Amino acid sequence: MADGHVHGLFLHGHSPLHRLAPQVKIVGAFLLVLGFVATPRTAVWAFGVYTLVVIGLAAIARIPPRFALRRMVIEVPFLLVVLLLPILGSGPNVEVLGLSLSEAGLWDAWNILAKATLGLGVAVVLGATTQVPEILVGLDGLKMPSIVTSIAGFMVRYIDVIASDWRRMRTAMASRGHDARWFTQIGPIARTLGAMFVRTYERGERIYLAMRSRGYTGSMPPSAVPATQGVEWVMAGTLVVCVWTVAMTAVIAA
Amino acid sequence: MSEPIISIKDLSYRYPDGTPALDAVSLHIHQGERVALLGPNGAGKTTLVLHMNGIHMPQTGTVAVSGIDLNPETVMEARRRVGVVFQDPDDQLFMTTVRNDVAFGPRNLGLEGVELDAIVDKALGAVGVADLAERPPNHLSFGQKRRVAIAGVLAMEPDIIVLDEPTANLDPASRAELTDILDSLNVTQLVVTHDLLYANEVCDRGVILNRGRVVADGDLTEILRNDALLATHRLGLPRGVTL
Repeated sequence: MADGHVHGLFLHGHSPLHRLAPQVKIVGAFLLVLGFVATPRTAVWAFGVYTLVVIGLAAIARIPPRFALRRMVIEVPFLLVVLLLPILGSGPNVEVLGLSLSEAGLWDAWNILAKATLGLGVAVVLGATTQVPEILVGLDGLKMPSIVTSIAGFMVRYIDVIASDWRRMRTAMASRGHDARWFTQIGPIARTLGAMFVRTYERGERIYLAMRSRGYTGSMPPSAVPATQGVEWVMAGTLVVCVWTVAMTAVIAA
Repeated sequence: MSEPIISIKDLSYRYPDGTPALDAVSLHIHQGERVALLGPNGAGKTTLVLHMNGIHMPQTGTVAVSGIDLNPETVMEARRRVGVVFQDPDDQLFMTTVRNDVAFGPRNLGLEGVELDAIVDKALGAVGVADLAERPPNHLSFGQKRRVAIAGVLAMEPDIIVLDEPTANLDPASRAELTDILDSLNVTQLVVTHDLLYANEVCDRGVILNRGRVVADGDLTEILRNDALLATHRLGLPRGVTL
């Protein structure tokens, strides 16, 4: 449990990006990705610039390449689907390495590949430099409705608890001879899921009881949001403006 | 004698489906006492505890906390004065960091800033987990979680803390540490437990509840030496142990 996957994204460090207020990082990451997505897929040079930006951010955060690459593995299943596009796509075909592939499909695949990878890169940098509680505090600071941040907070807090409940139930099933390899065994799994749901609901009730016992009356106490400095917004803003300038240039050129 | 911290008179309670849970319970707990609340499963122990901090309101009879009669207007005051530590710390530690969790109660009472930090640090220090303040609760050991749960209650500066099965699932070393910590706290304690040996270590007075009635209330060692009484109420020391 000690390396719950939600927290495995964070890389302990003291870089300028680690110190940056979470609100600035969240807004900055969102606007960067927006800029990437707005860029026409034919502007290959622009994606080159973006790649340098993301690598630069990772370098400032002192994220080791292996750490970043391991966390980007999540993209692989999506890439496999993307690879089908040039094969299944219609329209005029082109010869690539002796294969006849759809030109439109190739562009589609490139578009998804480039934008998804860059977006994920930004997310990895954000996750590596910002702990989950900080992200929630940042969202509070950005005036996200507190019901949303509360729900996200409970999810983060309890995902490991629920996952270990599930593992214990599976272990108990396996210990009494349940073998989950066959489709005919799906019945017990479905019932266990139902039991999980009821247990989780009951846990929710116990948590609510514990909250009321400590004076909860319907709204979470406000979190201590760290103050942002003007200079932080200016630095993040400058980077965003540069990326958006590249994106606009590419749009006009296309 | 001084004003009792908990004063319960003729308290009865039925669940919404009509099942009787408490039947004319009277109980007084005074400043500085360490009381063990014993009884078999389903005896009404938890229901009784939830009346002390106003989660349940008395249907008949009265509950007073430090002389303040429990009613909808005083319920927040009762929750501050009666700190309940629940059995499963995962139910109690619901915030994303230890510090935020311990601060949850005092924040609900309106504390903030330096005052809040001071009270949180003091509570964490009292149970010896000051170094865990910035950790997420799900990364703690079970014993640590239990201690943080106690800190969360101490931070409300209660008149009495009520511990529901505090030794459940603890290994012997954690259990011994917990005993030392609870012993060091200068606060009235009510311990709800099946662990009679543990009760004997930390409490002087015992109360047995069975089928919603108080069936024994007195010196704990005497109660624990009364085999017939214990057996009647589905209690008993482990075999081979005598006090």
